Amino acid sequence: MVEELFVSGHRACAGCGIATSFREVMKAVGKDVIVVNATGCSEIVSSPYPQSAWKVPYIHSLFENVPAVASGVSHALRSMGNDHTQVVCIAGDGATYDIGFGALSGMLERNDDVIYVCYDNEAYMNTGIQRSSATPWKAATTTSQVGSAVKGKPQGKKPILEIAAAHKIPYAASTSVGYPFDVAKKLKKAMGIKGARFILLFASCPTGWGLDTAKSIQATKLIVETGIWKMAEYENGKMTGVFKPGKRKPVEEYIKLQSRFKHLTPEDIAAIQKEVDASWTGLE
Amino acid sequence: MKLPISKPGTSVENKTGDWRTFKPDIEVAKCIKCGTCQRFCPEGCMGDEGKVPIVNFDYCKGCGICANECPVKCIKMIPEK
Repeated sequence: MVEELFVSGHRACAGCGIATSFREVMKAVGKDVIVVNATGCSEIVSSPYPQSAWKVPYIHSLFENVPAVASGVSHALRSMGNDHTQVVCIAGDGATYDIGFGALSGMLERNDDVIYVCYDNEAYMNTGIQRSSATPWKAATTTSQVGSAVKGKPQGKKPILEIAAAHKIPYAASTSVGYPFDVAKKLKKAMGIKGARFILLFASCPTGWGLDTAKSIQATKLIVETGIWKMAEYENGKMTGVFKPGKRKPVEEYIKLQSRFKHLTPEDIAAIQKEVDASWTGLE
Repeated sequence: MKLPISKPGTSVENKTGDWRTFKPDIEVAKCIKCGTCQRFCPEGCMGDEGKVPIVNFDYCKGCGICANECPVKCIKMIPEK
């Protein structure tokens, strides 16, 4: 039995996809690790003083500097002759796509020896569901509301995996918490590589998405089965693999589970379907 | 000087079971011990993978993921008394 390194008693909402994803990530990386955590849901729910849900050395600093802190921890370890302890960054989409983006780019460009795990739940959830640049097109949040003129977020999602891969780092991959074996496989692979490694982990937020807590994991499977989310791998800037879900399900099956999309018209859904179909050109 | 540092794994002091309005009810005879519920439980409170799940109600928040994901549908969510 693999030891749990992210333990019970954390304050994540019922059905939280990121809690499941941290259990999975920690089981894959094991005990010889230092976790560097950005501000966000992950930090708020897991480390209110004087408690910690992490059974490993853990440091939280700020929203914007987590890749730089991780770079420092990694360089300090290597300078001390420790060449085995993994430094794992855990940060949400807000810290990764937006606030810590500059520091992240620096860490990737220097190819610092860090595994960066971004759990993407597509908005700033811990501060009350504000849109981030990971929020998908048309999704309703408290700062991309549905009104008469504008309905949900007017912009699409930033392609952060491609941006990370464009730094020509040795390994960049995306996965989803609904596929725990894929999560474990990609983390194990990342651990065998030196340098900057970037894992983009899709994780559900029932509270922020208006999703039934019981269907939290189902949604993270459906986003892959519909082809909206690709579980891809990039090595040294080139795509080396993508999970093919077979006959893709209609995107509506994923969309209709969540109240953040309830205002979408049939035309909106058709537009999303068309975009998803186009994104698979040459990959199937 | 005493540093204000949290000790690893101390969140277990925080019992989250009282958040629950529904609770999983497991039909043990139907369970195939596949480990799906244990793998997906956000609280990690369903016991060891490969065994019949034993729910630790000190932590179960009653989300219902286990019931939804169970491939043989041997878990039902019933109202907490």
